[in-house]
Amino acid sequence: MKPTDTRDPEYYHKVVDCQYACPAHTPVPEYIRKIAAEKYTEAYMINWESNVFPGILGRTCDRPCEPACRRGRVEEEPVAICRLKRVAADQKGDVQSLMPHAPFPANGKKIALIGGGPASLTVARDLAPLGYEIHLFDEQIAGGGMMRSQIPAFRLPEEVLNEEVGYILNLGIHTQFMTYVESLKAVLDQDYDAVFVGTGAPRGRDLPKLPGRKEGDAFIHIGIEWLASVAFEHVDKIGKKVIVLGGGNTAMDCCRTSRRLGGEHVKVVVRSPFKDMKASPWEKEDAQHEDVAILDNHVPLSFEVENGKLTGMKFQRVKAHYDDKGKRKLIPTGEPDVFIEADEVLIAIGQENSFPWIERDIGLEFDEWEMPVVDKVTFQSTHPKVFFGGDAAFGPENVITAVAHGHQAAVSMHQFCQEKDLHQRPAPYTNLFSTKMGIHEWSYDSPVTIDQRYLVPQAQKSITLVDRRKEVELGFDPPTGYKEAQRCLNCDVQTDFTADRCIECDACMDICPTSCITFTGNEADEDRLREKLLVPAENKSQDILVSETLKTGRVMVKDEDVCLHCGLCAERCPTSAWDMQQFFYSVTKAENV
Amino acid sequence: MTYLKPLFRHPRLPKNKLGYTLKEYEGGISTLCAGCGHDSISATIVQACFELAIEPHLVAKISGIGCSSKTPAYFLGNSHGFNSVHGRMPSVATGANMANKNMVYFGVSGDGDTASIGMGQFVHAIRRNLNMVYIVMNNGCYGLTKGQDSATADVGSASKSGHINPFQPVDLASLAVDLGATFVAQSFSGDKQQLVPLLKAAIQHQGLAFINVMSPCVTFNNNPGSTKSYDYVREHMHATGKTDFVPQEKSIQASYAEGTDTAVTLHDGSVMSLHKLAPDWDPEDRLSTVNAMQQARAKNEILTGLLYIHTGYGDLHQILNTSDTALNSLDEKSLCPGQKTLDTINAGLR
Repeated sequence: MKPTDTRDPEYYHKVVDCQYACPAHTPVPEYIRKIAAEKYTEAYMINWESNVFPGILGRTCDRPCEPACRRGRVEEEPVAICRLKRVAADQKGDVQSLMPHAPFPANGKKIALIGGGPASLTVARDLAPLGYEIHLFDEQIAGGGMMRSQIPAFRLPEEVLNEEVGYILNLGIHTQFMTYVESLKAVLDQDYDAVFVGTGAPRGRDLPKLPGRKEGDAFIHIGIEWLASVAFEHVDKIGKKVIVLGGGNTAMDCCRTSRRLGGEHVKVVVRSPFKDMKASPWEKEDAQHEDVAILDNHVPLSFEVENGKLTGMKFQRVKAHYDDKGKRKLIPTGEPDVFIEADEVLIAIGQENSFPWIERDIGLEFDEWEMPVVDKVTFQSTHPKVFFGGDAAFGPENVITAVAHGHQAAVSMHQFCQEKDLHQRPAPYTNLFSTKMGIHEWSYDSPVTIDQRYLVPQAQKSITLVDRRKEVELGFDPPTGYKEAQRCLNCDVQTDFTADRCIECDACMDICPTSCITFTGNEADEDRLREKLLVPAENKSQDILVSETLKTGRVMVKDEDVCLHCGLCAERCPTSAWDMQQFFYSVTKAENV
Repeated sequence: MTYLKPLFRHPRLPKNKLGYTLKEYEGGISTLCAGCGHDSISATIVQACFELAIEPHLVAKISGIGCSSKTPAYFLGNSHGFNSVHGRMPSVATGANMANKNMVYFGVSGDGDTASIGMGQFVHAIRRNLNMVYIVMNNGCYGLTKGQDSATADVGSASKSGHINPFQPVDLASLAVDLGATFVAQSFSGDKQQLVPLLKAAIQHQGLAFINVMSPCVTFNNNPGSTKSYDYVREHMHATGKTDFVPQEKSIQASYAEGTDTAVTLHDGSVMSLHKLAPDWDPEDRLSTVNAMQQARAKNEILTGLLYIHTGYGDLHQILNTSDTALNSLDEKSLCPGQKTLDTINAGLR
């Protein structure tokens, strides 16, 4: 194989599993080290720069980083990255003075943002300091979009939401809340230089054809609409017996909210097996902890209505079968149908995009699924002035994805307004420097702790179930936060190898605790080379680092898979052929283009 | 501070017959200089014991004084160890071996510990054919006292300070062959592919197995002009052949090419197969070994691999006809069989 080109920033970026998996590529190990050093404000600002909503995401993120965490490959559980982010947000000092301050010198361009959720707010934050005049429209009473209407207050307190939305709106954004935009054409007819659509996926799926749906309508609610009604205080109670249909995180929010509004016997009923449910494992745990029963393998048959009142629902019992390709089929078990009593039913079986307010004749193409045609890189629609992001762009995802979209859309809109080529994307900002301080000393905590993942303390059920605003998770206190932070393996501190310094003494290979390093003859075929390693590199999702040919004709091959970044290879290297070099990678935002 | 070895290991680390991974054979973290050849030899011992599935508690590591003699702390942490007096490792090993012959004995020594202060002990351990692996980690200098020339330093070899060694070296491998050692090998710390099978065969060999390993002193003797540096040894190595160790249970299926391949069966039935590179060299013929070694010396080559093996010669216990039970487990009744037995013995002497 050819020597690995570590000067390509994407190689080392991929080694930082958490950052690579994060849609916004937040420099995770960097802020975790700041938390361990009690530099909470700095940790917060690293997050704010990258993901805009550290306090919100530290509570509600879908955490794509955690399944990717290297720690999960060497022991049971990944680092509690998400909850560490919250430690930074909880313990931070004055951050506002570190943020840009309005007013900014105007650049004469005007931008409309439709929808006030995470994607639009990210665009606003990135573009406001550049002097754009930004107008934000939202039908709700305040900014935040689905973070306000769909995420219950016991998971995300309103103060946290208001604070972080406020940081952005304070950048001189012209807000027009309680304003439903009825026509994109009308917006385009005004003098905006570019328009961003971040209207999310606002329509909850229904079961219109299920028998009894119409008759029981007064007792049957669409999950996200019901959650919004609760959030905006139009609804404050629910029946004692509640069925929640669906297995995603919205279903979990529905059932837990029901428990707080008077639901005593709350059941989540889902078609799929428990393990296939879309909800995050911790959300399922939290729901079960609040005495919510989850019944899997039940397909809804009908709503049962008697004398105009809902009595319950009928379900068919099924079993999941998987074919060779892993495709699932639900097959009836033949057991008798199940009747479950209910006073009210919440349908949380997914949500869809809906663009009734966009005219189809303004040069903005829609595809066969009624989704706008949006460029995956530039987020530009077929109408050059209109950009999409968040759930509105490619269907329902999550907050962190919306933020990532927002950053890229902001770059595009800025390029567009400067009349530059949108496909010329800015390179990431990167840096690489040695962490060597002296003998046995590195500028990061190289020893690897064996601590197991720490649990986040929760408030007592007796308190949280009577007040829907009472936050359940209490967050790590600083000492626990420190201990959890120390579990981070510092994957951004790279094992940088310089072949012409190597004397092939084998010291690195002998010391490596996880047998990552092998000196061997090269192979043309990557798979063959992977097989030849001390422990064959079976995890193909992880790269192997191949050196240039050494003096003896062999090459050094390092499997990145379970490297602990403990620095022992560099410690035992007599010639500094190995060095531990800290790598910093940051997605370039509009303001740095 | 990195001087702590993490406890995590590769989750797919192979296991041996005992269900152990390499971790069970590791020792403490080395305090030798980074890049020391001795650390590679330690890693080789770990690898060989792991592959042979030796129970770590059935191994004793005995050493003298010097950098080499510190290494037993860095391998086989679950085994017995005795860091003895300078040059006196063979005496301590002899005592331990006499008391309990059912263990694997590693005698770890260096060029100073063997070729200078311990020369007398070395010679007699060979003469007695004590059943042990005698490893010399040979770096041609006194690394622990800042790199003075040792007795194995080649004449003309330059030290780090530029000083040229005026004395003839002690050739330990030639000496061992000459003294009638039953297993003599030479290798290089930077060549694990050769050293691991050699070490495995040495462990299985019944009698004294001597391995002289060139092990560069990265701090004091890795300079241009030195004949024990990584570069010099690599350039001047000349292998007698490609050695492979075939364990007992696989030895029956193994096949050997005619002519260039030799198979030597060890006492437990395992086989050491040799793909010979030197055509007129026969590892079981002492004369051809001496010949090959002298020729290599004349050509400034370092002859590596198995040099000589003699499997038929009994070890010290067989020579002395000691009891089958290890001496340390003989109970009072067998040691003092009573008046009647004594009378019989006495009667036999009348």
